[in-house]
Amino acid sequence: MARGETHRDPLNAFITLAEIPPRAPGRLSGITVAVKDNISTRGVETTCGSRILSGYVPPYDAHVVDLIRNEGALISGKTNMDEFGMGSSTENSGFGPAHNPRDPERVTGGSSGGSAAAVASGMARMALGTDTGGSIRCPAAFCGIVGLKPTYGRVSRYGLVAYANSLEQIGPMAASVADCSLLMEVISRYDPRDSTMQDRPYLPRLDGDIRGMQIGIPAEFFGRGVDPAVADRVRKAIGVLEGLGAVLVECAMPSMEYALAAYYVTCTSEASSNLARFDGVRYGPAPDYRKPWHEAFQEVRMQHFGPEVRRRILIGTFALSAGYHGKYYGKAQVARQHVREDYARLFRDVDLLAGPTMPTVAWKIGGKSDPLSMYLADILTVPANLAGVPAVSVPCGTVRGLPVGLQLTGRPFEDEQVMNAAFAYEQGVKA
Amino acid sequence: MTATGGAAAAGSGLMAADVSRETVTGGLKAASGGRDTVIIGLEVHCQLNTASKLFCGCSTDYRSDPPNTHVCPTCMGLPGSLPAMNRRAVEYALRVAKALNCRVAEEAEFARKNYFYPDLPKGFQITMYNRPLAEGGYLDIEGNEGEKRVRITRIHLEEDPGRLVHMGTPDRPRYTLVDYNRSGIPLIEIVTEPDLRSPKEARRLLNGLRTTLEYLGVFDGDREGALRVDANISIPGSERVEVKNISSYKGVEKALTFEIARQKGVIRRGQKVQRETRHFVEARGVTTSARSKEQEHDYRYFTEPDLRPLQVRDWVEGIALPELPAARRERFMAQYGISPEHARTLCGELRLAEFFEEMAPCGNPLLAATWVADTLQGELNYREMEIGKVPPSHFRELLEILCRKELTDTAAVEVLRRMLDQCLKGGEVQSPAQIMEKNMLGKTAGDAFTNVVREVIAECGDAVRDYRAGRGEALNFLVGQVMKRTRGRADPKELTRILRDELARQGT
Repeated sequence: MARGETHRDPLNAFITLAEIPPRAPGRLSGITVAVKDNISTRGVETTCGSRILSGYVPPYDAHVVDLIRNEGALISGKTNMDEFGMGSSTENSGFGPAHNPRDPERVTGGSSGGSAAAVASGMARMALGTDTGGSIRCPAAFCGIVGLKPTYGRVSRYGLVAYANSLEQIGPMAASVADCSLLMEVISRYDPRDSTMQDRPYLPRLDGDIRGMQIGIPAEFFGRGVDPAVADRVRKAIGVLEGLGAVLVECAMPSMEYALAAYYVTCTSEASSNLARFDGVRYGPAPDYRKPWHEAFQEVRMQHFGPEVRRRILIGTFALSAGYHGKYYGKAQVARQHVREDYARLFRDVDLLAGPTMPTVAWKIGGKSDPLSMYLADILTVPANLAGVPAVSVPCGTVRGLPVGLQLTGRPFEDEQVMNAAFAYEQGVKA
Repeated sequence: MTATGGAAAAGSGLMAADVSRETVTGGLKAASGGRDTVIIGLEVHCQLNTASKLFCGCSTDYRSDPPNTHVCPTCMGLPGSLPAMNRRAVEYALRVAKALNCRVAEEAEFARKNYFYPDLPKGFQITMYNRPLAEGGYLDIEGNEGEKRVRITRIHLEEDPGRLVHMGTPDRPRYTLVDYNRSGIPLIEIVTEPDLRSPKEARRLLNGLRTTLEYLGVFDGDREGALRVDANISIPGSERVEVKNISSYKGVEKALTFEIARQKGVIRRGQKVQRETRHFVEARGVTTSARSKEQEHDYRYFTEPDLRPLQVRDWVEGIALPELPAARRERFMAQYGISPEHARTLCGELRLAEFFEEMAPCGNPLLAATWVADTLQGELNYREMEIGKVPPSHFRELLEILCRKELTDTAAVEVLRRMLDQCLKGGEVQSPAQIMEKNMLGKTAGDAFTNVVREVIAECGDAVRDYRAGRGEALNFLVGQVMKRTRGRADPKELTRILRDELARQGT
């Protein structure tokens, strides 16, 4: 096990380089898989990109880790990430930012930036990421690979260190749609330990036939803040889908206006509760036991949580507190319901929605200094998490030499259809 | 431990009504401390006796095992662990809801109650908040003035936190250890309306709950820490005080009695009762004010995202209840012809009722009832002994011997005492027949007493003269003398006949 071996990991894609051998041969035999550092690995340090968990070695494997090891995968290490998943660039890591393989001065996107960088640079053939508000799709788009956020309830979260339980899913990342689909097939096996999971395993159907498929283009996906060059690139990609026989439908998604606010209130509220257990007593650097316990816990949390994590804990604590609960958390749930209803309404008429994954290409490391402009970058990815629907980001060319992602969103539990459309596009462009 | 859903808030509307009624009928007297009325509501936490914990597969049978041996990632709250519902625990809680005549919700939902405490590994407790399992039930108890209906506000399910073990002394604490064996044990919280009017009624309510839960097979009241109570107490016209940390049946009566006396003292001195939370210190039998910091909790409840809502209305309809205490009392009176008092005593404890039913076929159910409810209970209480320690076959043999009139009541009590003492000691317990034989306690045939009778007649000349002079009570004295010398082995009736015959024979 090693950390910070820059000669082996120049992009800082990994927090821990560790070879975890397969348990049995299977569909992933001979394949190297990188695992995001918020997914528990027995005997291998799992930090979530946070100093407060440095030294924490889980005594158990996450369900997905069990599954890939039983199918022959070799795990090559634990990938870098924004602390607890809180960020869109992997700059908020307690162990330094990851670098984009296409341009090391630029961010990888996040929070699964280490996983995307590992795959895009060839250090791993596949990777597991997690997506709470775009954390798989954003780095997939910025690094030019494929990343799927599955339907909520399709992959067990057992062993995933919770950031925002009601929003997040573990998902596959790979250079090709076929690899991504294979990994998804392996990790979607039912696990009764996750009560929010449904026993509906992913059965791939990659025939590339999208003739007659109705694809909705919500005007809001190309709205304010979207880089015109990115918008242009994505419209051309959607044109490719039309050329393959899909029917394009212009439509609207008015709930987008409230989606970002609803998302940030919900995820910070859940995070404020999930992160309460990190007080230095059981994990990470120990508190000064001579002090009164309230003070000792406070000190540990002040010192070892990064600034973005502290900010989100404070926001979430406030949003849930007496007197403000109805005004913030309660309202966010109402807005969330509107987002769900918008999707349900749209999916009565169309089979998929298409648009850009991110409003821009990868920015320079340190280029976004205020947290709000970083939050705004999530506008196109968070709606899928609020509604629990599947969404994939597939590379669709470059702008100024940097990758752009096409995002395809589908009905709940139609991850197969979403992946098939991504496959059709990928093959269509190759041909 | 519900902040606003407890008897506190849920009952506050009713409490206001009670207070105003008191003001109309006896406000002045209450203010001067002349009335005995107090208003009490309870929050009762009971551990359900499922085989595994509420959200993981760990065994609940931890009491005789070392600390932190019944644990897993879930009940230790390790990062990444998830709760998975134990359906048996829900079923148990629904049995209770049904037995306490509650309205079961269409859908119940778990919520997170967020607070820091070292015994709480996740930094929150999974409980139920605004969508509990059931609301609006009742339990009938024997009140201050006859039968009384105590309303149940709500019932919900939650996880028990871990257990703290403080090292050092209260004056010089050294450090605290945490044992997670208890973490995740299923608890039900039963909240009553403020319907109780005395510590005794509170105790009776607890006894009633315990009996009901034991009949339902969901609770073992003998397990250490299986029951914990918070009580809300107020004197009409004054603020309400919450007393936490009561962990025994006797403790409830003690804590409430102390707290009422304290509040009355405050009022008598012309001061105001502060609205506050107090802790019961069992060892000293007093309540002490909790630090204000502990009262300023904002639990920031929200829906537990890792669990799905429970569809409980349909579920409860499929649950069949066993015979409950009230029904069993009726049946005992009808089937065995025993008195209402005996029926109440016998049915007041599941194991006692079951013990009696094993004894009833001895030949005389009335005799069995008296012996189980009165004699045996008295002897057990004297020895602080559990009914479970009494071998039923031995006790039944004793009753059968009594039915055959081979033993006097006095001698039977003697046999019982020896038997119970042997049970307490452990080791071999002799059968009643063996004990009788060894100690010559069996009823002796009449002739065997003739010598003693003659002796007594010879020695008690005064009494004999009185008897011959027509004073009947002199005969009782003589019977007593013979009984004394035969250590109660003689049947008094038969003895009277022998004495009379002998006196008549000598008199002629």
